[in-house]
Amino acid sequence: MTSAQTTPEETSPQRQDTVIRGDQAADCQADLDRGYAELPRHLICASDLTRGAAIAILDTAERIDQAIAGREVRKLPTLRGRTVVNLFYEDSTRTRISFELAAKRLSADVINFSAKGSSVSKGESLKDTALTLQSMGADAVVIRHSASGAPQRLTNWIKGTIVNAGDGTHEHPTQALLDAFTLRRHLVGGAAGGNATAGGGAGGSTSAGNSVEDRIGRGLDGKRVVIVGDILHSRVARSNVTLLHSLGAHVTVVAPPTLLPVGIEAWPCDVSYHFDTALEGVDAAMMLRVQNERMDGAFFPTPREYTRGYGLDLRRRALLAPGAIVMHPGPMNRGMEIAPAVADGEGSVVTEQVANGVTVRMAVLYLLVSGEGADRV
Amino acid sequence: MTEFVSGQAQSASGQAQSAFRQAHSDIEHELPAVAPLLIRGAAPYGEDAVDVLLADGEIVAIGTDVVNHPAADGAEVIAGAGLILLPGLVDLHAHLREPGGEDAETVASGSASAALGGYTAIFAMPNTEPTADTAGVVEQVLRLGHEVGLVDVQPIGAVTVGRRGTQLAELAAMASSAARVTIFSDDGHCVADPLLMRRALEYVKAFNGVIAQHAEEPRLTVGAQMHEGVVSARLGLGGWPAVAEEAIVARDCLLAEHVGSHLHMCHVSTAGSAELIAAAKARGTHVTAEVTPHHLLLTDSAAEGYDPVNKVTPPLRPQVDVDALRRALADGVIDVVATDHAPHARQDKETEWAAAKPGMLGLETALSVVVAAMVETELLDWRGVARVMSENPARIGSLTDHGRPIAVGEPANLVLIDPVARWTVHAAEMASLSQNTPFDGMELPAQVVHTFLRGRATVRDGVIAGGAL
Amino acid sequence: MGTPDSTARTDNAASDVSGAPAPSTESHAADSAHARSAHAESPSTEQSAPQRAVILSEADIRRTLDRIAHQILESVGSDDAAPVLLVGIPRRGVPLAQRLAARMTTFTGHAFPAGALDITLYRDDLRGRPPRALAETQLPTTGVDGLTVVLVDDVLYSGRTIRAAMDALRDHGRPAAIRLAVLVDRGHRQLPIRADYVGKNIPTAFDDDVAVHLTETDGFDAVTVERAL
Repeated sequence: MTSAQTTPEETSPQRQDTVIRGDQAADCQADLDRGYAELPRHLICASDLTRGAAIAILDTAERIDQAIAGREVRKLPTLRGRTVVNLFYEDSTRTRISFELAAKRLSADVINFSAKGSSVSKGESLKDTALTLQSMGADAVVIRHSASGAPQRLTNWIKGTIVNAGDGTHEHPTQALLDAFTLRRHLVGGAAGGNATAGGGAGGSTSAGNSVEDRIGRGLDGKRVVIVGDILHSRVARSNVTLLHSLGAHVTVVAPPTLLPVGIEAWPCDVSYHFDTALEGVDAAMMLRVQNERMDGAFFPTPREYTRGYGLDLRRRALLAPGAIVMHPGPMNRGMEIAPAVADGEGSVVTEQVANGVTVRMAVLYLLVSGEGADRV
Repeated sequence: MTEFVSGQAQSASGQAQSAFRQAHSDIEHELPAVAPLLIRGAAPYGEDAVDVLLADGEIVAIGTDVVNHPAADGAEVIAGAGLILLPGLVDLHAHLREPGGEDAETVASGSASAALGGYTAIFAMPNTEPTADTAGVVEQVLRLGHEVGLVDVQPIGAVTVGRRGTQLAELAAMASSAARVTIFSDDGHCVADPLLMRRALEYVKAFNGVIAQHAEEPRLTVGAQMHEGVVSARLGLGGWPAVAEEAIVARDCLLAEHVGSHLHMCHVSTAGSAELIAAAKARGTHVTAEVTPHHLLLTDSAAEGYDPVNKVTPPLRPQVDVDALRRALADGVIDVVATDHAPHARQDKETEWAAAKPGMLGLETALSVVVAAMVETELLDWRGVARVMSENPARIGSLTDHGRPIAVGEPANLVLIDPVARWTVHAAEMASLSQNTPFDGMELPAQVVHTFLRGRATVRDGVIAGGAL
Repeated sequence: MGTPDSTARTDNAASDVSGAPAPSTESHAADSAHARSAHAESPSTEQSAPQRAVILSEADIRRTLDRIAHQILESVGSDDAAPVLLVGIPRRGVPLAQRLAARMTTFTGHAFPAGALDITLYRDDLRGRPPRALAETQLPTTGVDGLTVVLVDDVLYSGRTIRAAMDALRDHGRPAAIRLAVLVDRGHRQLPIRADYVGKNIPTAFDDDVAVHLTETDGFDAVTVERAL
C-alpha cells in the first residue's frame, strides 16, 4: 500500500541513468510483489482487489501493451491450450467481443455460450450450465448475467476461474479496471495531465518515451473523479467507486436522488445532487448511460429535465480541470447524458476506453488463468 | 383419541369447543391405548424438578410422590433429570406445501419436522395448489394431518379467492367446516387493497376469526430481493424497504381499531413495525403479532455471498431491527414466535438469488434459535418461552387444548428439552423434505428430547417415536 | 521500476552475501521449482555458512563486458553487415545490454541502440505457479526486420528463456540474424542452444546457486556462486 506514496523518486523517469540504492529498490519491489501475491482466484467484484492487486493488473496491462505494440502478430502464446468460455446471459456484443479478443490474443480456445433470451426461470438452470462447462474442462468462465450475484454462485459449481463481465446491478469489475487504466494513463506520470496517450490505446511505449515507467506501480492518488447518472442501477458505478477509491482517487457520484441507492452513505465516495458544483476542477467526468425505460419507474419526469440537470454539455465541460478527460462506458445516449460535441470533443477518451478494455482483460486473464492450479491467498 | 375429549372440555374455559376436538370426533380414528408415562425429575418451566404422570392423554399427577399414584403402576418411566418441561409448542405459521408442492414438503414430513422441533400443534398456511380457500381444501389438510398424527395440523384459510387479493373467499364456510378455521391469511401476498382488508376484518367478527396479514405494500417492493440498506446498495440487489412493511402495519392497525376486529401481523421484521404495534396496543386495538426465529438471529449481511438459502420474505434486517424485535418480544409487544417454516425444493434454491424462491425451514430449529436469541441473552426465561411459543399462539389460534398450563387435568401435550445440549444443524439430516435452512452448519443451544401429543410420545430421544407414525 | 525476476527466490540468498541486498538468480527459465526448494533449506544452512564464492568482481565484469563488446563488433559490427540491436532480457539482461551498447558506441564512435524484451508471456512453465509480474519491453517502433539482434542475458542455464525470447522475437518481425550474449554460462542445458558470446563459463552442479548482482538492479556488481551442500 505504500508504493504509491513512495514511488515518485523510485520510479523517476531517469531510473536507467540513476543508481538506485539496492535496499530502496528492494522495498519498492516488495510492494509490487505483494500486489501479485494478493491477486484473487476469481474476479467477481472490485473489492476482491487490494490496491496492490489492482496496480498489478494495471501494470501488467501496460506491459502487455508494450509487448504487442506495433507488432504484426498481435498474439501471445500465453494461454495456449486453455479454454475460456464466454457465458453471456445478456446481450452485450461489446463486452463479449472485448473478452473474446483478449482471450484469443492470448491464444486461448474461446467458446461463446450465449444464453440470451433464456429467462432465469426457463430453460437450463445456471447450475446445470455450470456443471456442463465444468465437465468440458473450462479453465475460465467469463459470465455476464442479469442477476446480481450469479458469478458468485458460479464459483460454487465450477473449479475454473470466474470473471464477472457484469452481473445485474451489482458489479462490472473489468470495466472499472479499464477505466482506472485509462485514468492512470492520462493523469499519472511525468506528463500527468498532459497527453500521455496521444497515440491512443496502443500507447506510445517505444524506446522514445519513458512514460510507462512513470506509471508502473502507481495508483490514482489525489485524482478527483465524478461519476454521473443512474448510480442506482449501475454496476459500472459500483465497481468504479470501490476500485478508484482503493487506488487513492477521490470519487463523487452525482445523480438525482431517485437514482441513488438507499445505503449509499456507506460507499467510499461523496454524493451530490448538483452537477455544476461537483464538476468544478475535477480530473475526470465519467458519464453513465441513462435508459429511457427508467421513466417508467418515475425516476425522473422527462428526458429533457434529466439532460438539463445531469447532461454533460460544452458549458459544463468547461468547468473541468485543465487536461481533464471525459469518459463513458458506452453505449452512449448522445444528447441525453452527453452532448455530441463533448463525446467527440477534446479530452473525450471514449474510444480509447474500448481499446484499453482488450488490454486490461488480457492482463486479467493472464494473471488469473495462466497460473491455474497454483496456490492463491 | 375421542375418549380424551370430555376431560379436556372441562379444562377449557367455557369457550366454544376447539376445532380439534370437533374435528377429531368427526373423523373416525381410533388409536391404540397408550400406556401411562411417568416423567421423573423434569423441571417445568425450568423451575423445581418434579415427577409428572401422564395417562389417558392428560396430566394426572404432578409432584414428588407421584410414584404412589395408582396410575403410576406399570407406567413407563422417562428420565427427566436435567430436562426442562414445557407445554408442547404451537406454530402459528408453517407452510406444509401439500397439496401441490409435495416435492418440497408434505403434511407428513412437515409434521415430523414439527414434532422433532417440540411442536404439538401447527397452523398450515393456505398457499397450496389448489389454494386452501374453500372448505374442501382445508378439510383435506386437516384430514392429512390427522392421518399422520404427529402434531395437530390446523388449517389456515385464504382471505381471498386464490390469494389474488380481489374477492373474499368463502370465509364462513371454512369457519363452519370440519376444519373450524379461525385464522385467515393470504400469506405470501399482502391483502393490499385497503377496502378489501377492511371488509375481511369486519366479516370474520361473526365467527371470532382473525385476519393474519402479510404486511408488504406491493408497489414498494417491485423487484425487491433483500432489505433495502447498506448491504443491498453494495450487492446491487433490489431493496425491500422497511416502510413497505410498516405502511401496511400502520394502516391495518388503524383499520382493526376502526372496525373492532382482531388483526394478527405475520412475521414482523422491523423496529418500526414493533413501535407501531406497541402504539396500537396501547390504544386498545386488538392486534397481535409474531416474529420468526430467523428475524431474531440473522441479519441482512447473510445475503453476502448470494446464497439464496438466506432469501426470505420479509427479508432479513439489520442488527438494529434484530435488537428491537428481541426487546419487543421480551416486552410482550410481539406475542408469538412463529416459524414461517417455508420448505423449497432444491431447484428453487440452487439458483441465482433473484430466481430463488423466498423462505426458510424453521420447525426443527425454532426452539434452539429462540434459546440462542432470547434465553441466553436473558431476555426471556423458560416461562417466557412457553408463553411466546405455546400459550400465546394457542390462544390466538383458539386451540383450547394446546398451550395449557402444566397442571393436573390438562392435556398431556408436552415437550422435554435438554437446555445445556449443543448441536450442529445439518440440513441434509432434517426430517423436512427440503434443506433450505440458513442455520446449516451452525451450532445451536438446547435440544428437544421428547415430545408428547395427548400423552403419547411422538419424539423419543430426539427421533420420531416408534409407532408414532 | 523494474519488475521481479522470474522467481521469488532471491531474498534468502541476499542475507548470505556480505549484507548485500537482493542478488539476481540465474536464468529465468531455469528450473525455478528446484531453485525454490534449494532455498527452502537456507535457514538451516545459515549456521553452516554456505560457501558463497565471488566468481566475478566488479572489475572482472567490466573487463568481461569490454571483451564481449569487442567480440560482437568483430563478428557482426562491420559497416556492411546488418544493423545491430542489443536486446536485453529482463531483469538483468537489460542493463547488460545497455552497458554493451554503450561500450560499442564508445569503441566505434557511432551509436548502438539497446532494447528490452520481456519473455514472460512466452514461458512454457506458467501453469501451476503464482502469477508473475511482466517486465518492460522496449523495441524500436520500426520493428526488428533486417536487424542483427543480439539477445543479452545474465546467466545461461536451461536455455528455455532463450527459446522463449526467440519465439517472442519471431512475433515482432524477421531479424536478419539472432545472436546470444551472456555474462555467465553455467551449463545444464535442456535445449540445443549455445551462446555466441560468453563472459565466463562456470561449471556448476545442478542445484548450485549462481547469483548475478548489477549496480542498476542490486546496487553493486558481482557474480557469486553458492555451492549446494
